[in-house]
Amino acid sequence: MLSILKGIWYVFLHTFQKRVTVQYPDEKPYLAPRYRGRIILARDPDGGERCVACNLCAVACPVSCIALQATEDEHGRRYPEFFRINFSRCIFCGFCEEACPTYAIQLTPDFEMAEFHRQNLVYEKEDLLINGPGKYPGYNFWHIAGVQIGGKDKGQAAHEAAPVDVHSLLP
Amino acid sequence: MTSPYPMLSILGILTVALTTAAGLIWLERRLLALWQDRYGPNRVGPFGLLQVVADGVKIFMKEDWIPPFADKSVFILAPAIIVLTVLMSFAVLPVAPGIIISDLNIGLLFVLAMSSLGVYSVVLAGWSSNNKYSLLGGLRAAAQMLSYEVFMGIALMGIVLLAGSFSLTAIVEAQRKIWFVIPQFLGFVLFVIAGLAETRRTPFDIPEAESELVAGYHSEYSGMKFGMFFVGEYLGLTLISALITVLFFGGWLGPVLPPVLWFLLKTFFFISFFILVRASLPRPRFDQLMSWGWKVMLPLALVNLVVTGAVVLAWS
Repeated sequence: MLSILKGIWYVFLHTFQKRVTVQYPDEKPYLAPRYRGRIILARDPDGGERCVACNLCAVACPVSCIALQATEDEHGRRYPEFFRINFSRCIFCGFCEEACPTYAIQLTPDFEMAEFHRQNLVYEKEDLLINGPGKYPGYNFWHIAGVQIGGKDKGQAAHEAAPVDVHSLLP
Repeated sequence: MTSPYPMLSILGILTVALTTAAGLIWLERRLLALWQDRYGPNRVGPFGLLQVVADGVKIFMKEDWIPPFADKSVFILAPAIIVLTVLMSFAVLPVAPGIIISDLNIGLLFVLAMSSLGVYSVVLAGWSSNNKYSLLGGLRAAAQMLSYEVFMGIALMGIVLLAGSFSLTAIVEAQRKIWFVIPQFLGFVLFVIAGLAETRRTPFDIPEAESELVAGYHSEYSGMKFGMFFVGEYLGLTLISALITVLFFGGWLGPVLPPVLWFLLKTFFFISFFILVRASLPRPRFDQLMSWGWKVMLPLALVNLVVTGAVVLAWS
């Protein structure tokens, strides 16, 4: 009997406690920089697309919401012909970001993506691409990849040393 | 003592009672939220007050569905009974000197009779729905309300002994020296518990226990018929709070403020208390409820009656 009254009293004491609700549209909650929200495609510091269309994100995706088609430009560099993310399927697990070898695909602290039509949740490449490098400002995959392109062999680009001749013992 | 303007009293009490019942939806949600560290409805109008209007519009727009397997006429009648019986009780409730619809000399008995009739609503709703969960809810409601009715009446007899009258006005007038909550504290506690059970509110909402019976007797109801059960429940809550005020806390009696305001203040205090109880207590098991009613509350009520009778006899 006493415990019942005690319970009522403790609940009453909550009258004077701070409310935990965040009044969402009026006050926005803090989202950490590594929050897993809307997915973007980042660019290199010099403006080129980072994505090399390796398909690793599409393979890693547990709900198969990423679709892309690889193609090559005139220098022989791979890039996606189309890149499509179906956000009505996406579970924002971040596996694609973990799988990406070039820091191209990144998750951002934004979750306000509601749409009235389901079709509008399918984002094409132009919707996904942003004009910056995202979370990795100095990184340029092609500068450290050591891949030859049209006009330049391996080791001939800026900041590159000639490759080691593995068949020779000379230094 | 009847009202100088009977029609005005009727209209006034009816309007205030129904408005209070509707407003309680908002008040209950806000208070429950307060005690759970939330805000509750606060976006429609000032402090979310217009939430009631929005809910009302919504519930009238809902499809009014009567299941094909239901007993149609009884199904429609059941929600009307509960509102009717509770509103009838308001007829004998003295709000302030002069503001009363009918000062029956057996007012208290009339209130008890009306709350007994209210059981029909729940039982018929459960039975006519032709659904096993509804029927179980109706059965539980019948058993619960009948067994708590018994000691509710007996617990109030101590007051009748002290006041020497069944008239609610006379009972209030008899509290000029001391509120009955002090000489009749046991009766007060018993009446509060019985009142909770009568209105079928948490912790005694066993007839509509969501976790066991879907929604109990009103599982099959929709639209405004469903709303009527809730209007009835909130009217019942208002009635029980008003009765506690009248019977134990001196009704309109109080210093400085006008009598109507005192009555409303006390009533809203008890309404808030009932909501606080809902916010804090879990519901007991059905057999616990029944054995509590018959083995603890009823003997206590009888002891209270006998002792009060003996004291009154010795005094005079």
